[in-house]
Amino acid sequence: MALSPRKRARISRGIQYAVLAVLVVAILLAVDFGELKRAFWNTEVIAEMFPDVLTVALKNTIIYTACGFSFGLVLGLVLALMRLSSVGPYRWVATGFIELFRGLPALVVFIALTFGIPLAFPGRLVPGGTLGVVTLALGLVGGAYMAETIRAGIQAVPKGQMEAARSLGMSHTRAMVSIVIPQAFRIILPPLTNELILLTKDSSLIYVVGLAAGAQELTKFGRETMNSTNNMTGLVVVGLLYLVITVPLAIVVRRMEARAERAR
Amino acid sequence: MMTEPAIDRSAAAIDVQDLHKYFGDNEVLKGIDFHVDQGQVVCVVGPSGSGKSTLLRCVNRLEEPTSGRIVVEGVEITDPDVDVDKVRSRIGMVFQQFNLFPHLTVLRNLTIAQQRVRRRSKDEAVEVARTNLAKVGLADREDAYPAHLSGGQQQRVAIARALSMSPDMMLFDEPTSALDPELVGDVLDVMRDLASEGMTMMVVTHEMGFAREVGHKLVFMDGGVIVEEGDPRKVLADPQHERTQAFLSKVL
Ligand SMILES: Nc1ncnc2c1ncn2[C@@H]1O[C@H](COP(=O)(O)OP(=O)(O)OP(=O)(O)O)[C@@H](O)[C@H]1O
Ligand SMILES: [Mg+2]
Repeated sequence: MALSPRKRARISRGIQYAVLAVLVVAILLAVDFGELKRAFWNTEVIAEMFPDVLTVALKNTIIYTACGFSFGLVLGLVLALMRLSSVGPYRWVATGFIELFRGLPALVVFIALTFGIPLAFPGRLVPGGTLGVVTLALGLVGGAYMAETIRAGIQAVPKGQMEAARSLGMSHTRAMVSIVIPQAFRIILPPLTNELILLTKDSSLIYVVGLAAGAQELTKFGRETMNSTNNMTGLVVVGLLYLVITVPLAIVVRRMEARAERAR
Repeated sequence: MMTEPAIDRSAAAIDVQDLHKYFGDNEVLKGIDFHVDQGQVVCVVGPSGSGKSTLLRCVNRLEEPTSGRIVVEGVEITDPDVDVDKVRSRIGMVFQQFNLFPHLTVLRNLTIAQQRVRRRSKDEAVEVARTNLAKVGLADREDAYPAHLSGGQQQRVAIARALSMSPDMMLFDEPTSALDPELVGDVLDVMRDLASEGMTMMVVTHEMGFAREVGHKLVFMDGGVIVEEGDPRKVLADPQHERTQAFLSKVL
């Protein structure tokens, strides 16, 4: 009996779903949930973590990331404009800077700022304490990445936009600020979000400075909990809290993209 | 302090003298002399690559002339000390590809330069913008984004945007070439109205009908030189030069 292509597609999809369901059930049956729960989801440990995991750790992760990202964005914009400048030395400095901080692991930057600065300038620390170090380190690394993204975004804005703005009498700077850069940022919203999410996770590297209790962010807090309770629950909880930051962020950005799309 | 060169509205609107323009080794304008009087509509025609756009873009210095002088209302704009932003704010320009600002509403497209360059208050800018939108027949579309308009509507917004700066003259670079044929008429109507109000206009176009009907002067360019110029009706009916004849026989 010949089957129509549509029927055949439906049957094949049905088989795929069935195989998937069998697999999931098999895994669930094989898992020892009692053991899993004791190791990763211990309610006593969870109860102990609150409220500090929110009021200290989550809050610090958000503050560190926000400061680092903001500084990085400004730095990235400046570097991008330098890369596009007609002045040779600006371009060279920006290129060198970008290649340096894109290439170095973020951890190395954190260590260099924490321990290198006091050695290089005796008696001096990065101003602003812990927050100063995170802001600077995340900003340098993030800025170097974002500079190239922003430059590409600016170059993706059609040349006619700058010409139209100039033909209305706007200066180059005014045209950049009012016409070109806003359009560039719409184009590069997805990669910028990506960078923000990466920085959220990189903010954990601040542990190298040796954090006071009030300055702990999520990862450090989770590890401390893990050590003191001899149980993995602490890490599971902070892992979920990272998702609490990044998933809504992704949703907000998707909404913004959809809105920008409508204006296009 | 920079001395402000005096604008002289009794002088020729545009006076181009021995203009040369190179792109690298490629000489695109090979000594152009021509002028546009106040209130005149000058149409520039010629084959592709003859330098029409380059000439037009030199007049508001979107292209830097290699040598020669361009004097706009008595102000030598080729003078390196001249404030080119100020010059441009008096010369409206309309592009083939419209170049509206896609991230701004129609109204904002018309007000942004008025406020940032002309330093008009928001209320004044909005009022001027609405007047000009009404003039191009789009009073009801001020909240739309450019992407939601047809090509013909976008081009009329672009004209209104240029007019909102209250320019002394308007440059058009093939304003209807990117439009579907049925939308060309609306844009030409707007330009015809402008001409009848006495606006000084320099129009690069392939619309010979418009040139014949509205133009005071027709300039035929080929290979970076002006081959022939004169009354559009005369030039179109009885071209003197062989190259003009060849070109017109193809487009008419
Ligand atoms: N930015 C540029 N760099 C290099 N060459 C250019 C540039 N702009 C124009 N040209 C060259 O200059 C010549 C004249 O170009 P222009 O755009 O002025 O011609 P046009 O008469 O406007 O042609 P069309 O009818 O196709 O618009 C062409 O050969 C073109 O390739
Ligand atoms: Mg052209």
